[in-house]
Amino acid sequence: MTDMSVKLCGVKLKNPVIAASGTYGYGLEYSEFYPLSRLGGISCKGTTLHKREGNPPPRIAETPSGIINSVGLQNPGVDEFLNVYLKKLKIQDIVVIANIAGNTVEEYCAMAERLQESQVDIIELNISCPNVKLGGVNFGTSCDSVAQVTTEVKNRTKKPVMVKLTPNVTSIGDIAAAAADAGADALSLINTLTGMRIDIRTRRPILRNNTGGLSGPAVFPIAVRMVSEVAKRVSIPIVGIGGIASWEDAAEMMIAGANAIQVGTANFHDPFACVKIIDGLKNFADSLGLKSITELTGTLKEW
Amino acid sequence: MRYTQETAKIMSKCEIAPGVFDITVLSPVIAKSARAGQFVNVLCNGLTLRRPISLCGFNREQGTLRLVFEVRGKGTDWLSGLKTGDRLDIIGPLGHGFTLYDKNKKAVIVGGGIGLPPLVVLANHYGENATVISGFRTSSAAILQSDLANTGATTILCTDDGSAGFHGFTTQALDDYLINNACDVIYTCGPKIMMRGIARLAQENGIVCQVSLEERMGCGVGACLCCVCATKDSKGKHFKRVCVNGPVFMATEVEWND
Repeated sequence: MTDMSVKLCGVKLKNPVIAASGTYGYGLEYSEFYPLSRLGGISCKGTTLHKREGNPPPRIAETPSGIINSVGLQNPGVDEFLNVYLKKLKIQDIVVIANIAGNTVEEYCAMAERLQESQVDIIELNISCPNVKLGGVNFGTSCDSVAQVTTEVKNRTKKPVMVKLTPNVTSIGDIAAAAADAGADALSLINTLTGMRIDIRTRRPILRNNTGGLSGPAVFPIAVRMVSEVAKRVSIPIVGIGGIASWEDAAEMMIAGANAIQVGTANFHDPFACVKIIDGLKNFADSLGLKSITELTGTLKEW
Repeated sequence: MRYTQETAKIMSKCEIAPGVFDITVLSPVIAKSARAGQFVNVLCNGLTLRRPISLCGFNREQGTLRLVFEVRGKGTDWLSGLKTGDRLDIIGPLGHGFTLYDKNKKAVIVGGGIGLPPLVVLANHYGENATVISGFRTSSAAILQSDLANTGATTILCTDDGSAGFHGFTTQALDDYLINNACDVIYTCGPKIMMRGIARLAQENGIVCQVSLEERMGCGVGACLCCVCATKDSKGKHFKRVCVNGPVFMATEVEWND
């Protein structure tokens, strides 16, 4: 029987499968399908210092083997997250990752300070949201700004900080190294790739925001390549994200270098995707006779 | 657990108008707790997103759901190709449905095109106290008229081209109807421009109006915040989720001019 638990910057997860930010709300909706305690963790909906209404609809469109979305960080703000949602989550025996996004470095810092005294286990620094005008991905596309926001946030909190990276860059390895050098405790990648769909009859983009973030199986090979590239550059833990829809995908991502993985868009396709991946991964690891699922991480045999 | 995933066998299927299909599926767990105005999210082969389809009916004893849908794109096109005996992966029952009042209340139910199916359950509830105004482009697109008549409801059919029934829009038919008839509640589902007109008439006449909205949807359970619609209250404008705060909203709550 394989031990499925993994450690992510000092925090023990009962298995390596985390529900991905933005697809899973604050978890409560999916607790109407299965107990959230089955999960390794949950990365909460991207939260900002103040409440945000988000972008006007339509916010989602189907794409070949995926979707594009432009929600634009609609959320109730960090105070309501702490006072309402975090309390409901923490009674369910689950590792909680708070995904935070800001317009400015100061906002990231203010939120990190607010979370310091909370029951949040890990802070995920969202410097990769493609759907907001200020902040978001703008922080994630240059090594200097990645380093700056990481350093500043690390100075304000004792919580482990995981930096979520955007794939919309020339060299993901350089960005990852900048975050690691600045003190990031872990990295998560990838966020969505900027995309667009057009209604050929009206000639208007389907999304009211014109562009949106592409996710789902379509981005999976890009995510695997980027995780494997980043794994060669940094020694901190990596959480692999991007189009994982099956336990085989999860295993592939771990072999590429991920210590844990997040499942996002697959939840829309199958609300039980996370638990099916956990069970499938466990069977696979058992069949290989692994003592620990961590034995899979970074075992890629490149040609 | 409020939501169920079921593998639902198709018990019957027929094309009730060109491109409009009527299927009954065996889905006992969802049927047991389904309510008027709710929907199910249907997995379509090869596609990432499920397709939300409103419940045209449900039978708790037989454990069946009735789904009436129009072929609009790849998902519904695939669905239309299924046969009796095939199985569908569905989750449900989803959404906040219609609020039903006492059966003796006078209800006017206004449906436009493929917006009509979820309203059939309302006609069943109000029976002879219901008047159903339904509008279609043309007579061949008209659906569910005999189902509605069988509930005991009065039916008023409208067509844009005058090929059957009243020659004109449902808004005109409702305006005419309200001159000489009592009405306690209005329910509507259809194109947004039609619902906006119905909502305005309801407001002018001081009648409660419930509207069933549609939006491109992600998870279907309220987690992803994709299917929002603009609503308003005393504190201002808010985006609410069609999948869980709706699909049914009070007409006065909707920001129609967005």
